[in-house]
Amino acid sequence: MATLTTHPDCVPLVSYRFGKGATNIDKYLELDGYKSARKALELGPDAIIAEMKTSSLRGRGGAGFPTGMKWSFVPKQSARPKYVLVNGDESEPGTCKDRLIFEHDPHSVIEGVIIAALAIQAKMGFIYLRGEYRYLIEIMEKAVADAYAKGFLGKKILGSDIDLDVVVQTGAGAYEVGEESALMESLEGKRGVPRIRPPFPAVVGLYGGPTIINNAETIATVPHIFRIGAAEYAKLGTERNGGTRLFCLSGHLVRPGVYELPMGYNLKKMIYEVGGGIPNGKKLKAVVPGGSSTPVLLPEEIDIGMDFDQVGKAGSMLGSGGVVVLDETVCMVEFALRTMKFYQHESCGWCIPCREGTDWLKKSLTRLHEGGAVDKDIDNIRYLAENMLGRTFCPLGDAAAMPTIAFVKKFRKEFEDHLEGRGCPYHRAAQPEPALV
Amino acid sequence: MSTQPAQPGTIFSPTLAARFDRLVTLYPVKRSALVPMLLYAQDEIGYVSDAVIAEVAARIGITELDVRNVVSYYSLLRTKPAGKYHVQVCTNISCMLRGGNEILDHCKKKLGIPNKGVTPDGVFSLEEVECIGACSWGPAAQVNYAFHENLTPESMDQVLADYRAKAQNGGGK
Repeated sequence: MATLTTHPDCVPLVSYRFGKGATNIDKYLELDGYKSARKALELGPDAIIAEMKTSSLRGRGGAGFPTGMKWSFVPKQSARPKYVLVNGDESEPGTCKDRLIFEHDPHSVIEGVIIAALAIQAKMGFIYLRGEYRYLIEIMEKAVADAYAKGFLGKKILGSDIDLDVVVQTGAGAYEVGEESALMESLEGKRGVPRIRPPFPAVVGLYGGPTIINNAETIATVPHIFRIGAAEYAKLGTERNGGTRLFCLSGHLVRPGVYELPMGYNLKKMIYEVGGGIPNGKKLKAVVPGGSSTPVLLPEEIDIGMDFDQVGKAGSMLGSGGVVVLDETVCMVEFALRTMKFYQHESCGWCIPCREGTDWLKKSLTRLHEGGAVDKDIDNIRYLAENMLGRTFCPLGDAAAMPTIAFVKKFRKEFEDHLEGRGCPYHRAAQPEPALV
Repeated sequence: MSTQPAQPGTIFSPTLAARFDRLVTLYPVKRSALVPMLLYAQDEIGYVSDAVIAEVAARIGITELDVRNVVSYYSLLRTKPAGKYHVQVCTNISCMLRGGNEILDHCKKKLGIPNKGVTPDGVFSLEEVECIGACSWGPAAQVNYAFHENLTPESMDQVLADYRAKAQNGGGK
């Protein structure tokens, strides 16, 4: 069982029901469950969206797009059915927060879908979980069945004239499917390759109908916004960055864990106080602030508030909330290589700059780390990565390029130390790939 | 693996066949059931066999080639059998920082198989996998779908020993 870790600075909002047995629908109802859906039903579509805008909630998947605005893009009239799609394909390395929501408070996801469906007048919602999270699929399916039995889903929900069906869907292992357009392809039973945009999903999405796609944490936050009030929610965070978020602290920390902290919480404090600092008296070397695709920060760059705007100003991204902490013993070339191996493995191959770029970057970084690289390789890595940026259908190409550019720029000396004849100045000997059987 | 007798016309257990009958009715288009169907079929049969592909294609009303194209995209789907207990060790960044590579090396040595290998008795298979969403509790591994977190070589030994005992007692997945 995955559990939340707490610290006196934590603000339990999304995690309000964690560890309280809220997978049981009666317990959920006892803890103010489905009251927000009733409130939303009384408010009606326009007022729901206005509340969402007031909350200044921004997408927790990584891009940080304002949720209320996203919902407002869905046309009121549509010849095709509209859909709500929850992205629970959590796969960004460093990120393990949605797992906790599904495990501890599955009904908050369902209630979020109800509110979103009421806002855009959709009659069907999908909750897509990654295939590896099998035990959570069982938890979610039970929660959905219970919600049907109590009249929160199905025909005439909450005693209204509105019908809403929800289906829990499983993926089968693909990082790319976490990208919204690839997610829709996967849900339509196809290979998860991205679609070109425009049109955006809010206009032409799932099965060609207007669709809102939100990260699981975003959707699970929605009922809490209506529970405490949008203005109150906004106040918990910083300007244009409402509320709290689940931060996943991992790597070289005394107390790694998932913590719910206010948006804008200081990163340095998050590492040294919440996470307990670096173990074994080691020094901090670098921080990946928002999952593997976000550019690395140096120790002197971490005295910043963790919201989308402040991390952006520092040259990186808040991303998915995965804070990965590296101590002084880490070889940055090895770290860059492991990051690139992942993107090369996950590239769907649809766009050439990403398919070829990740492969060449992996080859170059392997050569650097294992020996045999020449001067020009370092500039080539940067050149290749820079030429991937913005040249693909989906952001996977950017996700591979952005951290690579930052690694080379900020740790150039370390890359140079790996040049021919010098080899990795750190501990680990190069490990040849084991033969496949 | 199911011990229930198969119904005529299906290679799946009655429970799974009934689940599939319902699954295709849930969506605006039948094909949306494809990925879950393949994964659930693999869970029962052990891998996505030719027979699985043929029946799933027929149930959805698409060609076998359509199904194969989808199968090849998803990393959880495999077209050959794995061990009874499929050990998947994460070595992605968060796990790597806390010893994921050492856990993988330890498993290779302990099981005597390389990455993607299967032990001769068919009890274990081993795979290095990408992030499994256990970053804050790394290094981590999944055995079939069960998570094992905050691993050390010693605790990994215990995990393997427990599954080995389960296999000897004729235990299921």
